[in-house]
Order: sequence, then C-alpha cells, then structure tokens
Amino acid sequence: MATRYFGQRIQRNEDPRLLTGQALFVDDVMLPRLAHIAFVRSPHAHALIHRIDTKSALKREGVIAIFTAEDLGDYWQPAPIVVPPPPIQDMTFNKRTQPPLAKGKARFVGEPIAVIVAESRYIAEDAIRDMQIEYELLSPVLDIEHALDANQPLIHDDLPDNLGAHVVQRKGDYDRAAQSADLIIKRRFDYDRGTAAAIENRGIVASWDTRDQRLTIWDTTQAPVPIRNGLAKLLGLGENQVRVIAPFIGGGFGPKVMMFYQEELIVPWVAMHLGRPVKWIEDRAENFVGTSHERGQVHESEIALTADGKIIGVKDTFIHDCGAYIPYGLTLPLNTQCTLLGCYDVQHYTTEFEAVFTNKTLVAPYRGAGRQHGVFVMERLLDIAAKELGIDRAEIRRRNLIPPDAFPYHNEIIYQDFAPLVYDSGNYEPSLDKALEMIDYQDFIENIQPQLKAEGRYVGIGIATYVEGTGIGPYEGARVQVMGNGKVSVVTGIGTQGQGHFTSFAQIVADQLGVEVCDVSITTGDTNLFYWGAGTFASRGAVVAGNAINEAAKDVRQKILKLAAEKLHVTEDELELTQGVVHLKHNPNIFIALGDLATQANPLRGAVKPGTEPGLEATNYFGPERGATANGVHAAIVEVDPDTFDVHILRYVVVHDCGNVINPLILDGQIHGGTAQGIGNAFYEKLVYDDQGHLLSISLLDYLLPNAMNIPHIEIGHEVTPSPLNPLGIKGAGEAGAIPVGPVFAQAVEDALSEFGVEIREIPLSPSRLWELVQQAQGKV
Amino acid sequence: MIQITVIVNGITHTLQVEPRLLLSDFLRQDLGLTGTHVGCEHGVCGSCTILFDGDAVRACLMFAVQANGHEITTVESLTTDMERLHPIQRAFRETHALQCGFCTSGILMTLIPFLEKNPDPTEADIRQALTGNLCRCTGYQHIVAAVQRAAQLQQKP
Repeated sequence: MATRYFGQRIQRNEDPRLLTGQALFVDDVMLPRLAHIAFVRSPHAHALIHRIDTKSALKREGVIAIFTAEDLGDYWQPAPIVVPPPPIQDMTFNKRTQPPLAKGKARFVGEPIAVIVAESRYIAEDAIRDMQIEYELLSPVLDIEHALDANQPLIHDDLPDNLGAHVVQRKGDYDRAAQSADLIIKRRFDYDRGTAAAIENRGIVASWDTRDQRLTIWDTTQAPVPIRNGLAKLLGLGENQVRVIAPFIGGGFGPKVMMFYQEELIVPWVAMHLGRPVKWIEDRAENFVGTSHERGQVHESEIALTADGKIIGVKDTFIHDCGAYIPYGLTLPLNTQCTLLGCYDVQHYTTEFEAVFTNKTLVAPYRGAGRQHGVFVMERLLDIAAKELGIDRAEIRRRNLIPPDAFPYHNEIIYQDFAPLVYDSGNYEPSLDKALEMIDYQDFIENIQPQLKAEGRYVGIGIATYVEGTGIGPYEGARVQVMGNGKVSVVTGIGTQGQGHFTSFAQIVADQLGVEVCDVSITTGDTNLFYWGAGTFASRGAVVAGNAINEAAKDVRQKILKLAAEKLHVTEDELELTQGVVHLKHNPNIFIALGDLATQANPLRGAVKPGTEPGLEATNYFGPERGATANGVHAAIVEVDPDTFDVHILRYVVVHDCGNVINPLILDGQIHGGTAQGIGNAFYEKLVYDDQGHLLSISLLDYLLPNAMNIPHIEIGHEVTPSPLNPLGIKGAGEAGAIPVGPVFAQAVEDALSEFGVEIREIPLSPSRLWELVQQAQGKV
Repeated sequence: MIQITVIVNGITHTLQVEPRLLLSDFLRQDLGLTGTHVGCEHGVCGSCTILFDGDAVRACLMFAVQANGHEITTVESLTTDMERLHPIQRAFRETHALQCGFCTSGILMTLIPFLEKNPDPTEADIRQALTGNLCRCTGYQHIVAAVQRAAQLQQKP
C-alpha cells in the first residue's frame, strides 16, 4: 500500500453536508399530509388516573384524533426489555418496563398519558389544555435511601416493595483478607449525574404506505436495527415491512439508544392507525422529563490497605436509582461494579447493590454509564488513604497499578456483556508518568503551589486514573461494494451521532482497497440497506463495526485481485491496488480501474463459472470474544475563588490509551467533548426535584450546560497498547473523557481548600455547595 | 393570518402566516430552510441563530410577523456548494470543530458578524463570543481553533 490512512488526522467526509445545512436530521423530514403529535404528560410524580375526557379537545379545529391507553387494545403492553438481567447467582431482578401510555396510574412527571394528533404542532399543544384528566394523588417515592422502607408507597403494586434488583458479586474473600490490614477506611459517597441534553431533542416521523404495506420510521435512535425488530414484532409485521432510518443525529450520548421509549412505540402505531404520516419532535421541556437520565447512587465503601499503601481489598455497597421503570436492565450498576477497581491490582472485592424504583424519569446509560460512580469511589478512597498513610497521591496509585505482565487480567465478577470481567491488555504506568510530566506534578507540589498559597491563592492539583470497558459484542456487520463509478459504498447497521464514522470507517476501507478516503461513502442507520446489527453504544462503534468493515473490505480486496488476475493474465501477487486502480506491481501502466472491474464483474451476457458472485462486493461480520479495556489518567490544576467559591480550571491534562488510533483528530474531539461533559457533571449540572417529584431544573436556564468560557483548553497525551481481541488492535474511546473528571475535580478542589479541612465525598459540586462544605468543616453549621 | 414580506438570503417572500408562528418554524417549515436548527425554543442553546438585518439573533425568540420588512440570512446563504465552502466552513472542517453538527449552523451565523467586527480576535474574545451557543459534543476547543483559523483565512483570501 502506497499510503496508509489508518492513524492519520484526516478531515471528515460528513462535514460539508453538515456545514452547509444540508444534512438530514429527523425534524427535517417533511412529507405530504404530515400530521403532528403532542403528548399529554403526567404533571404528577405518582397518581392514579381515574378519568380521561377528550371530548372538548376533540372539538378543537384542526385536531385529528386523540388516543389514550384504552384505545390501544392489544397493542397496549409494557415495552420489551432491552437488556435482560445477567446470569449472576442469587440475584433478584424485577422486570418492569414502561407501557406506551400510562393506564390507571402515572409513575413519574412527564409520563405520556395521551397522544394528540393535529394538523400542526401548535394546534396539538393547544389541545393539551382542553384535556380533562382526573387524578388521585399518591405520595411519591423520591429518596433512594428510603425507597425500600416499609411505609413507602408501592410504585408497582404487584411487587412487595420498590426493589428493582439486588446483586452481590465477589472476587476473593474481602472479610478474611481485611483482617490483616494496617488501615481500613470507611466512607459514604454520593455521586449524582444529570441528563445528556443532546442539543437535538428526540424525534420520530412515521409513514405507513397502505398500498405497499410498509412502514417507514425516521427515529433519533443510536440503534435502528433493534428498534426495527422490536416494532415489527409489536405491530404484527415482518421485519421486511418496517424500515427504520436513523439519519444524521444531533448527539446521542446514550439516551438515544434502543430504549423503546413510549413515543417510539406510539408514533408508528398512530401512523398505521390513521393511514397518515405523523411527526413528533420532542421539545426541551419534554426532553428533561421524557428522555432517560442517569442520576445518583449512594455508596457505603471500605478499603483495606497495608502500611505501605498496597490495597488488600475493597468492599462497596450501594443503592442505585432506577427511576419508575427498568428497561435497560442492570447495565449501569454492573458498570459501576466492574469499573470501580480501575487500573489497580485488587485481589479481594465484595460489591453489592440494591437498585430501587422511584417516581422519577427512567434511568439508563449516559456517556460513562455508571462507570463514573465507581471511579469516584475508588479514587477518593485512595486519596483519603494517601493522606492517612502520608503517601503522595500519585505514588499510592503507582504502587497499586496492575503490572504490564499481568494481562489478560481477571477481575472475575460479571460485566455488562454477561461474561466474567477480563482486561485484555494494558500498560498503565507510562500513562501515569506522562500525565505527571505533562502537568509538572512535582514542580507544582514542591514549588508553584506553596508560592501561590503564600500569595493567598487557593490552588490545588488532582490526578485520577480509570479504565473503560469498551467494544463489547455481540457483533456488527458491513457490506462493502465497489461501484461502477469507482467509488466504494459501505453500509453498516449501527447509527451515527457525530463520531465521525463516515471518515474513520472510510480510512479503514481506503487502506484495504487503495482508494482515496473521500471516495468511500459510508451509510449508517438504514435498516433497508443493512439488515443486521446491535447499535452504537458502550464505545463499540469503531471496535466492532470498524473491524467488521475491515473484514468485508479484505474480502472485496481478494475479489478484486482474483478477477484482475484473470483479466490481466497474471497471478494475484503480481498486482497492487493504489489510487483507485489495480495494476501490475512492476508496470503501473498496465491497470484496470476499480469501477471498470466492478462493471466487468457483473456481466450481462455469456456464462459464468459455477459459484461466481456478481460484483465486487462482500458482507462480513465481526464479534469480539469480549470487550477491549482502554485506560487513561486525567490531571487538573484548579483555583478556587475564596469569596465566590467559583472554581477556575487552570490546566487540564488527559493521557489516554485506546490502542491503535484510526484518526487522532477525531479521537481528540471525543476526548474534549467527554471531558467537557465530565466538567458539566462535576460542577454545573444538577437535576433538582421538589418534595413532590417535580423536576425544577427543566430549562437550559436552570440546568447549566457548560459554555465556551467554562471549559478549559485540554492538553492530550497518548499511549498505545493495542487490543489483542481484534485485528485492528483498537479499543473504544467514546466515553473515556467523561469518566474520571469527578474525582479529579473533587481532589483538586479539596487540595486547594486544604486549610479548611474539607473532605469532598460528593458530585456534583457548585459554588454554593462548596461554601456549605467549608462552613460544615469549620463547624459553623 | 397576516401577510408578511421578508427577504431571506436575498430572495423576497410574501406569505400569509399566523401571528404566533415562530420565526424559526417559518424558516424551516414555510420556506424549507432546514439548515436552521431548533434545540431549546427558549433562547439558550443558540442553534437557531440567524442574521436579522445583519445581527445575530435567535430565530426561536421572534415571531415571523416581526420579520416583516426585514432582511434575514441563514446558514444556507454561506454556500450550498459543498466543493466551495465559505472560509469559516472550511476552517471548521480543517480543525474538526463539529461532531454531530446540530449546533453548527447557529455557531457559524454567530461568527459571521463577530469576525467582521473582530478580524483578529484573541482566544478570550472567541470564547466570550461563543457563550451564546451551546455545543454538547466538542468541548469548544476545536471551535476556538476554527475561529482562529477562519480569521487567518479571511485575512488572506
């Protein structure tokens, strides 16, 4: 190969369409006779629904139809479970999933109760006010620490209590091992997360073609194939009658995964029922209550150490908030359990959680997906241990890193892919060294910080490590085809929400086929173009779909070589593919353009040999035996304003190892964005509920997404430890940036405020919360 | 219904609209200019930013009737020729300043008058100018780089 595109900072194929406003997003789909939908949502967190009167709403001019749960007949049933429970011994799992419309009872503010179809969205929203619904208020279950108390109302009346799941997992024997400890530290930690708040809200357009008997759905989903399969089954159709298109999606970050949201169940049904195309576009207020959150966990944690700072074991018990339903199984708390031990060699670990139902929006993955909570616990325990033992914070981490010769490293407990957790590869100390060097750790601690503190400035440093399980199975697939014009078409089943798939996948194919990156056209998210797949989540797109595309491209390369060898009367090893042609290695003037070869591979007359397949096309699949574990280190220097308690991030360093990198430019972007979301989680964003379960932070004025002044310049360093589990040696990177920001931020702020003796055991922080913590530490409250 | 006449990207449109129709909906639904995106409808995210008589404003905070007799410029005005991008668009592509691209139209329209008034901005100026536009994907770093690059490109056409 003359040029290798893999590893180059190549600008993106998808950008011209996006930059000129010509990319198709779901809300841009306009169809003849399109009707518009608004949802009537519960204003109450927990209420019986006694009566729904639609009469006056139906009288409003322009209202076409109104449907409630009663109108759905047999179609009314709880949504399919997306992720079934894992095979863990003695676990409890109470499957309760959301119905398309609440029937008899509403379980969170924002739960859809009725759907109004009208000639315009304006009219549909007007008609919401005409609806008369009689509720009987029940007291809501809001506090996860009391959700299982005997006096709490039941959210699901057929269960004995509000328990969603209970899981205990063990590695080694913590209780016995801890007896030999020199130091045991016990603390409580509260880690709360918010909402993904993609700038594009969700949306669905559905069109039923009565003559063709086919349903087309444009959906802001990360996983169109599972949505197609699920909806076909629910609607009594064959998969071949349902086409789900996930066009350009304006940010996913987890909540747009295959959730079978109520709206996803209802909008296609309405299109079929009315024989008219319909559109529903979520507004921002709906997004805050209707789209999944991640929210909080409360941990009671304990770490046992030797006097020289070696970890003997960890014991962690936590409560996880499910919200009103649990469609995404136990992915989040399992990720918490499986990410908590991080980069460290820990032989004894007991981890237990209770996942509880509350009268709040359902909880499902948001970038990081439960990993943050675990990393916060472990990193904070180590900080507290370092202080107790008089060991430097970086040094205590170094002493516990898994050594490079210990891989594959077995953590034994069951991961979100239902298999025992094994880290495939890693080399952690160089990442730590690089981060310390980049942020001038020693110099800061020994010289800069004392000097600045002497000037009365409150500056501190934080450093944290993490692992990220990425690239889980089961599989993805792709079809690669050389077209008559010499360009290459690639189709795959995953969805795209800004990750640069149209470029990074094109780089892989360009290398295999000797074409330009801009001549490879990628299509994602159209179930009629590629039938099979799972979706974009768990930092798996590049790993799983990327390798599937690589395998399919290799097959096409073989077809090209075979056919060209026949046509040119040479052997395959005399041929080379470059610049869109296949030519003789020793004489580039003798060549066939790939487009011409593709045309010749599809003869219109004559006979072909038995077994000949037309075209230069191949379909292939890739399924890793398990996920690939990436790792990294974040470090920050912050300054706290002692009057306002505003925190200014002076420097932010990320060292990241995700194996071989397809496109470092795109990877940098992923890290920047993830880190920015981590900073939002640590300091700006908070979902605030009142005591009746109403979400108060329901606009972007109240729920603060970080802006360009809040996010610092992020300095990035790379290490490369390839994964042995896939031919490209890559690991996922999508979620990494977001994972360790909380503990870095807490540690740095605590360091900056060291003279006040504050110990920070919670996220998110805010200026007012920091002020309260300082007041508490000083005994003033 | 009220009749309005609006010049959008140099073309004069005369249409009947409801008084309550948002300018953002008018542009997207009545004129089919779907490059202007709607992210919050309460004037915070900035995705729907357009030029109103040359100034960057939120199309979701205005009614279409308020645009009667005024001149509006949307992202589609920069170019629809993907082979010949506007210098700001080129800079965004070169520096990977967009990921999902949903907020990008609004950011581009914020930057057009900003760079006219500030042809050689500092990083602090740029970050200040971007505070009215939320981006959830990029962490802003590459957007800042794109504005610096665009300033360079526009100085040396």
